[in-house]
Amino acid sequence: MQFSESWLRALVNPPLATDELCHLLTMAGLEVEECRPASADFSNVVVARILTAEKHPDADKLKLCTVDTGEHGVLQIVCGAPNAAVGLVVPCALVGAKLPGIEIKKAKVRGVESFGMLCSARELGMSEDHGGLLSLPVDAPIGQNIRSYLNLDDNLITLKLTPNRADCLSLTGIAREVAALTGAPLTLPAITPVAPTHSSTRDVVLDAPAACPRYCGRIVRGVNAKASTPDWMKQRIERCGVRPITALVDVTNYVMLELGQPLHAFDDAQLQGAIHVRYPNAGEQLLLLNEQTVTPTGDTALIADEAKALALAGIMGGEHSGINDATTDLFLESAFFAPDAIAGKARALGFSSDASYRYERGVDFALQRRAIERATQLIIDICGGVPGPVVEAVAEDKLPARAPVKLRMTRAAKVLGIDLGPAQTEKLIAGLGFAYVRNGDELTVTPPSYRFDIDIEEDLIEEIARLHGYDNIPASPPTARCEMLPLPEARRNAMVVRRLLAERGYFEVVNYSFVESSWEADFSGNATPIQLANPIASQMGVMRSSLIGGLVGTLVSNLKRQTERVRVFEIGRCFQSDRQDVTGFHQPVRMAALAAGAVHPEQWGSTARPVDYYDLKGDLEALFAPRALRFERTSHPALHPGRSATVLLDGKSIGVLGELHPQWCQKYELTVPAVLFEIDLAALLETPMPAYCETSRFPAVVRDMAVVLSQKCAVKDVQDALYSASPAYVREIRLFDVYQGKGIAPDSRSLAFRVTMQDTQRTLADTDADVAMAKLLEVVQDRFGATLRG
Amino acid sequence: MHDLEQLVAQATAEFFAATELARLEDAKAAYLGKDGSLTALLKGLGKLPAEERKTAGAAINAAKVQVEAALAARRDALRNAQLEAQLAAEALDITLPGRGQSRGGIHPVMRTLDRIEQLFRSIGFEVADGPEIETDWHNFTALNTPENHPARSMHDTFYLLDETGKVREDVLLRTHTSPVQIRSMLAHVEKFKHLDTMPEIRVICPGRVYRVDSDATHSPMFHQVEGLWVGENVSFADLKGVVADFLRRFFESDDLKVRFRPSFFPFTEPSAEIDVAFMSGPMEGRWLEIAGCGMVHPNVLRFGGIDAEKYTGFAFGMGPDRLTMLRYGINDLRLFFDGDLRFLSQFQ
Repeated sequence: MQFSESWLRALVNPPLATDELCHLLTMAGLEVEECRPASADFSNVVVARILTAEKHPDADKLKLCTVDTGEHGVLQIVCGAPNAAVGLVVPCALVGAKLPGIEIKKAKVRGVESFGMLCSARELGMSEDHGGLLSLPVDAPIGQNIRSYLNLDDNLITLKLTPNRADCLSLTGIAREVAALTGAPLTLPAITPVAPTHSSTRDVVLDAPAACPRYCGRIVRGVNAKASTPDWMKQRIERCGVRPITALVDVTNYVMLELGQPLHAFDDAQLQGAIHVRYPNAGEQLLLLNEQTVTPTGDTALIADEAKALALAGIMGGEHSGINDATTDLFLESAFFAPDAIAGKARALGFSSDASYRYERGVDFALQRRAIERATQLIIDICGGVPGPVVEAVAEDKLPARAPVKLRMTRAAKVLGIDLGPAQTEKLIAGLGFAYVRNGDELTVTPPSYRFDIDIEEDLIEEIARLHGYDNIPASPPTARCEMLPLPEARRNAMVVRRLLAERGYFEVVNYSFVESSWEADFSGNATPIQLANPIASQMGVMRSSLIGGLVGTLVSNLKRQTERVRVFEIGRCFQSDRQDVTGFHQPVRMAALAAGAVHPEQWGSTARPVDYYDLKGDLEALFAPRALRFERTSHPALHPGRSATVLLDGKSIGVLGELHPQWCQKYELTVPAVLFEIDLAALLETPMPAYCETSRFPAVVRDMAVVLSQKCAVKDVQDALYSASPAYVREIRLFDVYQGKGIAPDSRSLAFRVTMQDTQRTLADTDADVAMAKLLEVVQDRFGATLRG
Repeated sequence: MHDLEQLVAQATAEFFAATELARLEDAKAAYLGKDGSLTALLKGLGKLPAEERKTAGAAINAAKVQVEAALAARRDALRNAQLEAQLAAEALDITLPGRGQSRGGIHPVMRTLDRIEQLFRSIGFEVADGPEIETDWHNFTALNTPENHPARSMHDTFYLLDETGKVREDVLLRTHTSPVQIRSMLAHVEKFKHLDTMPEIRVICPGRVYRVDSDATHSPMFHQVEGLWVGENVSFADLKGVVADFLRRFFESDDLKVRFRPSFFPFTEPSAEIDVAFMSGPMEGRWLEIAGCGMVHPNVLRFGGIDAEKYTGFAFGMGPDRLTMLRYGINDLRLFFDGDLRFLSQFQ
């Protein structure tokens, strides 16, 4: 809502400077979004009349004028404007005047002295119009400062209104608020009924009384639709951001801005019989003023006559029944449409109008008659014409109720944390113009018809808090029971995981939860992803079921920025359709990490090599330590089939690890291979309590064993077999070397294990170690066809 | 006796002349070895008459002690020199860079969320979580925002399609973290239903939220932190106290102006916007909107299963992205979601 400060001050004029007024409004909940001057800054420009205008003796296009500037004297001024003529009243910048960009000095123009400048609207920064001198009315007071004559010392204030304050969508509403806040007197324009001078009317029938409980209509005959709008009215509506159109339209807009009541004027000649407010017939269409043809839904009320639909009630008029320059007889509408009946309708049709914006938030339902009288008077004053009687149709039982609301002052004190006391509370409620009765601690308040946001006690508590000033409520540290929060040792939060990953060289990224559908297909094999109905862009069209696509995207964008080594991770939700869940979606939080490029940053002290599967496996194992993971060969759409694994914890699959499939490296133009893992975060947040195990006082025996076996035998299987065959005193079997090459058959490899044996009760003998090693060798011979390496 | 003095002087000179330990041992052998001159003198004592033997023996032994001391001193000196030579040879260029993995970093917004969590935990707030595909009921209806409420147009909501391509009306991408208020209240009430008076609810709920909006200051996905405190005596003054305290702690500045300005949210009444202004720095003196808050609307308490007469509560929702930008002087919201390592590596 944009409005002119001077218009507001004509209604209520508290002794506050503009910035103080803006602060007052903001701190009362009517946030001032912008406040800017109505015109550019200039000084020393007065109203002047051109007395003579002769051709300049030495220039064809210049005129030598004498102008009367009243108390500033008769001045000689050289002027180049084509419309400079005797009798014209124009703005005259005196010597010493400062205009946007220039300062006026006494000058010689082609040998003739000039004592000022006659101005166009553009030279005064008022508009872009540079067609000639700004022509002022002939009765403009000669010598008066143009700023005060044109009311240019005004500001345009824009409020960012919250949806509950529809009552402030008019100058009257804002003025009422300022009066309540400051106590300054409110001087609203007097509105007196305009006596009818003919008896023609149209009947009004409320066929949809719930949508339209009150409708006032009036015929005004013999208007001059071509009359011009007075400058003061044009100026006021323009300064409220409404473009002047014709006098009749301007009047309806003026009254809407002044009082908050949207009005509509029909061309009476286009109407037939009574006016109905009704719901549409099946398939009924209407061409609107904005040239859009709509088929309103069954719950959208229409204004219609006996032959046809005329307008979308409270939203927009129809093209065929609207007024134009040839209109002589008007049918003026001033109605109340219920917020529920209008809410969302214009939005569903893809537009918004001033009327629907106001109606869906709530228009004062007691205002219609006053508004139609106000508009009638203005129309007659400006366009002439003769009014008929006002016809008012009303469904009293469908008008909004204004049930009394109780306000307990003790409750207000409890909610606000400050006791305002009865005197202050009553003063604030009365200042709002709310009717109330006090009974002890309790005020029974009846909200006025223009407030749609006072239903419950808390609404009144907000009103008194707001008027008292939120600044005046103390900010006190609360008192509360002091109890410690649980801190389970076997759980850690995601921040710990983030730190571990950061320590291992990964940077955290936050990628969008909506992704390209091809990512879902490529990296998750998901042909039916969850689709957004209204994505912001097609490449953000589906919900991700995996974090992998986002990380690959991060890799691609960083490679493009010449960052060749990328180590990133993300923690975030993924989304999968799942009928089991209440929302219909399974939404696990996952953690995924991706590394590409050199394993270490380029450095002098180690040989550069690209990151590989085992690097990421090491990182993943470190995250879970001391819990041991198992890895089983898997096939995953995102991953290299020979270099990917399902990750198991306690026998349960918790994620995947592997190298990005070469086909995706090719498709996404990756110059370096990428390795990644994706894990359910929940599995990472559990961490076992340490459990003490007695350490042995007896010496350990360490023996090594190297065996040669087929490359197809997985190390984990071999190690599992070794453990299962070992006596209890075998503490650890550690793989310490893997060898392929000279001396070993091409399809075989040598695995070297270091076996640590120790007993808690005795010193082990050599024979104990011999027995254990023999068993271990036997099991790998039997199960894997291994031979002892010579 | 003169001979002995000369001998000691000669030995000392010879030891000093030895510049390596091996040469020193050779020199030692010439005096103290099996055939050394001092050894020979000692052996010769037996041949002396008994009355001379004692004085001569004492003199020879004194000379021997002196030679041995000279030897030990020279030996120490040579060993020290050798060690020093070794240490000098082993010296490194200690300015060469260290070896190994470099450090990564945590996303700046997560740093902020962590600080927020820690500050609120310090006064007894727990952390709660909720789904991001949320039901319309939790996101709007239970937050006192019925269908067609004008407040719904304040959020441009992302909706989903069902399998047949129709828009689903029952679920959406949550437009704020406020639905976690409802989930927290319902869970709390269920947990303590056996008690006459339930313990206070103090939770914060950080997470991602979604709105159909995208420009330099708006991202279609961003973060929010919801806070909720419900109890028998929770007031607007408490809300002001907690939030103002938080902001000063978060920015580590007492030199921060905080103001509460009346506003409107369907789920709080009274409602406020919270603005902050810094007293120095690039944003000096400008009021910046940082959060929305208010006393929980009685309808919302009731939807959460709570007696709105007995209990009151406050709630706030703030934007950690904005807080992060202000804290670190970041000027473009989109950087948070861009994955640019040149940006992220500044937050180690």
